[in-house]
Amino acid sequence: MTAVVNVSRRGFLKGAGVATGGLVLGVSVPALDAFGQQVAPAQPGRLNTFVQIDPDGTVTITLTHAEMGQGVQTALPMIVAEELDADWTKVKVVRASAIPVDGMEPAAMGTGGSRSVRANFEPLSQAGAIARHMLLQAAANRWAVPVGECTAQDGVVSHGSGRSASFGDLARGASYLTPPQTVPLKAPSQRRLVGKPVNRLDAPEKAAGTAVFGIDVKVPDMLVGTVVHCPVWGGTLKALDPAPAMAVKGVTRVVPLEASFMVIGTGYWPAHKGAQALKPQWDLGDNAKNSSEKIDAALEAALKKTGAVVVDRGDAGSTAKLVKKKVTATYKAPFLHQATMEPMNATAWWHDGKLEIWAPVQDAGRERYSVAEAFNLRPENVNIHVTYLGGGFGRRIGLGFLRPAVEASKAVGRPVKVIWSREEDMTHGMMRPVAAARLIAGVSADGTPLTWDNRLVVPSVSAQLAPSRVRGGVDEISVHGADELQYAIPNQRLEYAMPDAGAPLGFWRSVPHSYNAFFIESFIDEIAAAAGKDPVQLRRDLLFRNPRHLEVLERAAKESGWGTPPGARRGRGIAVHESFGSICAHVVELSMPGDTTIKLDRITSVIDCGMAVNPRTIEAQIEGGMVFGLTAAMYGRIDVKDGGAVQKNFDTYRMVHMAHLPPVAVHIIEGGEMGGIGEPGVPPIAPALANAIFAASGKRIRTLPLADSGIDFA
Amino acid sequence: MAYSIKVNGAQYDVDADGDTPLLWVLRDNLGLTGTKYGCGIGQCGACSVHADGAVARSCSVSLESATGMEIRTIEGLGSGGQHKLQAAWVAEDVSQCGYCQTGQIMAAAALLANGAKPTDAEIDAAMSNICRCGTYNRIKAAIKRASAQA
Ligand code: FES
Ligand code: FES
Repeated sequence: MTAVVNVSRRGFLKGAGVATGGLVLGVSVPALDAFGQQVAPAQPGRLNTFVQIDPDGTVTITLTHAEMGQGVQTALPMIVAEELDADWTKVKVVRASAIPVDGMEPAAMGTGGSRSVRANFEPLSQAGAIARHMLLQAAANRWAVPVGECTAQDGVVSHGSGRSASFGDLARGASYLTPPQTVPLKAPSQRRLVGKPVNRLDAPEKAAGTAVFGIDVKVPDMLVGTVVHCPVWGGTLKALDPAPAMAVKGVTRVVPLEASFMVIGTGYWPAHKGAQALKPQWDLGDNAKNSSEKIDAALEAALKKTGAVVVDRGDAGSTAKLVKKKVTATYKAPFLHQATMEPMNATAWWHDGKLEIWAPVQDAGRERYSVAEAFNLRPENVNIHVTYLGGGFGRRIGLGFLRPAVEASKAVGRPVKVIWSREEDMTHGMMRPVAAARLIAGVSADGTPLTWDNRLVVPSVSAQLAPSRVRGGVDEISVHGADELQYAIPNQRLEYAMPDAGAPLGFWRSVPHSYNAFFIESFIDEIAAAAGKDPVQLRRDLLFRNPRHLEVLERAAKESGWGTPPGARRGRGIAVHESFGSICAHVVELSMPGDTTIKLDRITSVIDCGMAVNPRTIEAQIEGGMVFGLTAAMYGRIDVKDGGAVQKNFDTYRMVHMAHLPPVAVHIIEGGEMGGIGEPGVPPIAPALANAIFAASGKRIRTLPLADSGIDFA
Repeated sequence: MAYSIKVNGAQYDVDADGDTPLLWVLRDNLGLTGTKYGCGIGQCGACSVHADGAVARSCSVSLESATGMEIRTIEGLGSGGQHKLQAAWVAEDVSQCGYCQTGQIMAAAALLANGAKPTDAEIDAAMSNICRCGTYNRIKAAIKRASAQA
């Protein structure tokens, strides 16, 4: 149960960016970091989210989660406003501060794992309902009528006698009341805002160009710098002559670091030009010989050996005699970069033993601690102001992109904004690892898969970022999406190995689901083809234990016109995959005008996210996730050469454009437990596309990106 | 040396090297941060502005070559974000992270200049800006909404 505390009469909220004068309630939302781990238990007193009603009627909600495009800045206030019965046009958001307020710990700032709306729904609903109850009580007290006779709608409390008062008018009176422990929430049928398509609150400033992203931060007396890392991961800086950079107009300082250097000046261009003028001497180290070939050889070697056993179910031995056919395939997926549209940047100001940071971070709560630890500061002396994020996708987690700005400010004693060039961002990020899987299925005489044997090989993200999540040689972040097979196949085995890649690894929108869905949903199609079954029919036969998945499949088949003849040189491909508590299917319908050229004709998407807070955002997230996955499926690939990344910018790390996209229809299924929406649209698109190419051409592609097999848009 | 450039109808003296890309002059010297840096090599369109009425990628236009041109940025497109494209962007709920959108709007504004009513194919051909959040279909809907207005 959520504790809601009346903090109207405490003066501390100015520090949290909230002015007082009306009713202010504090809520404690369970604090999860971007890994989904509980940072601190929810306790009364550890407030981290505030709902305020001002005398002028404005309803302000503090936002602890980062807005990176996924729409939390609209969905979270909708949840409060629904139960509050607020006037939506008077609702606004302010960003929460990362520093503790009055000794209370605002730690629920992790944004990742498609989790923000799910974690906040109950606490924010309670906060809204309790605030409404207090406003009703204030009106009842004023009019000397029973509270049960008062009703609220659109920011106004009314009584049958014809009296009414606005929330703003009642806010002060309500601020003296004690909040009730709990208030019953609305039944879904009573909702007026949640579940309805609502336009984003941040839309106007983003269209006007006034939204402030990290790269736009301006602090008085600020300098601008840029960073250049050793081209080899793990290499270090040996020597650097700053003179050529100092000769560039506007350059004020060159700061050498252990494995990188920074050039600082009056603007980005002088800093960049200065950096380009330098001839650093690097100690490239042992990793300089690393290459894609070497990494691929390590994957191949691991594929030949028995790995750590993750799943071993059934008794394959006793079914062996029923198996009439074996289907075997090996799949591969490359390194990928998140390539957020806004390159990495952060602004830092180290002064008087305190550190202030302005940055587009996904998890300010956690980063406050990581920065404090790295720079030997007390966490209470580190404050992070979160800006808009020009995309997150898992890239804006961790200390890596904050550190240069802190080092720069420490060195020059002034605020410094450090902007990474696109090239530095792309070559010194945290990549989605390469992955490979060898799958073997045993199929009965009537075409039923009886055994499923998956040997998965993926270098471990956790080993680099969260070592405690590697247990018994298994990184749970690598195997999700493969460990609980949605299909009812009696004998299942999953083995896993994590060879070292000699490359920095991290999160990438949907993380392991991105490759596991490609492997599994391609292979199930291969089994269907080998068994002479329709791909939807085989899935249907195997989904009887998962009614939600089955409903998603059936809906996708129906909406896409599955089963109607697609026409010559045309095909449809389907894939269904669960991730982050939601189930998503895509059906790709395409033509192949040439042997290797494709034209997408239509994409049908179905998402079961249990409960839809803002369908307009859900459609956008599923379609956007699909485009993100489509880009990776077609083109995405980072190669390794001489110990570093080959692709450095959008000329070689190619993107899907508007002209490539067909009409997309997103269908939403509700009725279960709430799931995420930021990531589930990504995983099923690559297999749906590969399956469609197979349907149209008979060509089965098992390695991503498809461009490596010569596939391109017509 | 100082260069004089005209941006959103006003003349500015800028003390920077002539090879400085217009993008960074706008952002760092003039404080017009609605124009974004995405790639610096003319690939993404986040830095799109108008130069003498035509769309230009400001990362690939030097300060020196921008002198004598009429430059328009997102800040000068419509007063207070009220251009019909900006209104259409809000109505179609286009933005996700929003980072690419000012460049998208500037590219679309050049396309719709002189009351043009582009077809889908013409929109596809003109709109080569990257959106990493995948808002392409809503961008297209917003352009059509705006072009349908006189
Ligand atoms: S920043 Fe100019 S095109 Fe990308
Ligand atoms: S809205 Fe994020 S890049 Fe376009």
